[in-house]
Amino acid sequence: MRRKTTIIAGVIAALAAGLFAVGMVRATDSAAKSGGPGPVVKIHRGEQCVEDTGYMRRNHMKVILHQRDKTMHQGIRTAKHSLKNCVDCHADPVTGSVLGQDGFCASCHEYASVKIDCFSCHTDKADKAALATLPPPKPATGVKP
Amino acid sequence: MSLNRREFIAIGGAAAAATALAPGLRLVELAQARSPDEAVTSLQRWGLLVDIGKCHDCDACVTACHEENGIQSHGRPATDAQWIRKVTLKDKQTGYVQTLPVMCQHCEHPPCVDVCPTGASFKRADGIVLVDKHICIGCRYCMMACPYKARSFVHEKTTEQKPHAPRGMGTVESCTLCVHRVDAGKIPACVEACNKDGNQAMVFGDLKDPNSAITKQLASAPSTQLRPDLNLNTGVRYRGI
Ligand code: SF4
Ligand code: SF4
Repeated sequence: MRRKTTIIAGVIAALAAGLFAVGMVRATDSAAKSGGPGPVVKIHRGEQCVEDTGYMRRNHMKVILHQRDKTMHQGIRTAKHSLKNCVDCHADPVTGSVLGQDGFCASCHEYASVKIDCFSCHTDKADKAALATLPPPKPATGVKP
Repeated sequence: MSLNRREFIAIGGAAAAATALAPGLRLVELAQARSPDEAVTSLQRWGLLVDIGKCHDCDACVTACHEENGIQSHGRPATDAQWIRKVTLKDKQTGYVQTLPVMCQHCEHPPCVDVCPTGASFKRADGIVLVDKHICIGCRYCMMACPYKARSFVHEKTTEQKPHAPRGMGTVESCTLCVHRVDAGKIPACVEACNKDGNQAMVFGDLKDPNSAITKQLASAPSTQLRPDLNLNTGVRYRGI
């Protein structure tokens, strides 16, 4: 019995050490890119978001929620704060999506371990018709949120 | 444009009188030119008229609807979502067969809205009945309440949704009268397809505009609601049943 407990404890310790090592590698990986741990969010299009970057970092979900109810119930379809507009502008030019490994939405939400519900109904892909009216994508610039 | 509209709302009755004087010009303009930042109002009520005499063995409307809204079949007809379907009527006495498209009838007094426990099922000011899937809990009361079997439950995980038509597992959905197109001043996909590839059996328009094609047609010949006995005052009307 005693022996068994020791083995289990050993296995747990080994696992924990392994996880720690993996974490370190990931952290140094992104730290190398941006000078500290955390995700690197890739920006492909446009000079400026619809609101200040700092404001969007804190309040993007409130902005989308407000617009959601206005669109759904009152038929107000201004592009500025619509989820569709976010996706069209922020979708990766290669995958066409805001999800996936380096996806604009996914990279931050995965790091913060926040589950996004939006895309269980809304498409995560940019609207091809809308893309034609947007400025062309540039090589990605990485910013740290 | 928006100024005209605000003025119109503000002066209410006077505006209605003015409309009568200047044969509906302003109303038609308003109906087509709502800007994206203006809320829908009850100055309009959108409706459909389907002439069954012209509707034959064709499913252009069904194909167009499901293409427009990204509805995919999983090869399970019993549970696949259906926003519009062709129904066949046969007169047992004479053997005469008719077909008609049936979709959400956009009732003025919608039972689906009455029973919804969360407020997800609702009627917009302009008469379009929708499900706010953000607050739908998937209880399916509305499916039970709808006399026209117009609603579907999404059983499967959804993929390849259209950007303008979000749809997701665990929620109820039905014909939106192509609300995204109507809001952009366009006609529903089924009506467009019926006029282009079908038998020109469908008319879409504003039931409150005395000069719209649909109002004129409804005023000039008989038409009926499905199950008029229920007094739901449906936005979809049929002729020739
Ligand atoms: S037809 Fe059914 S789903 Fe449509 S408004 Fe009427 S009751 Fe609701
Ligand atoms: S299924 Fe959704 S829309 Fe229908 S009654 Fe329940 S909560 Fe309301």
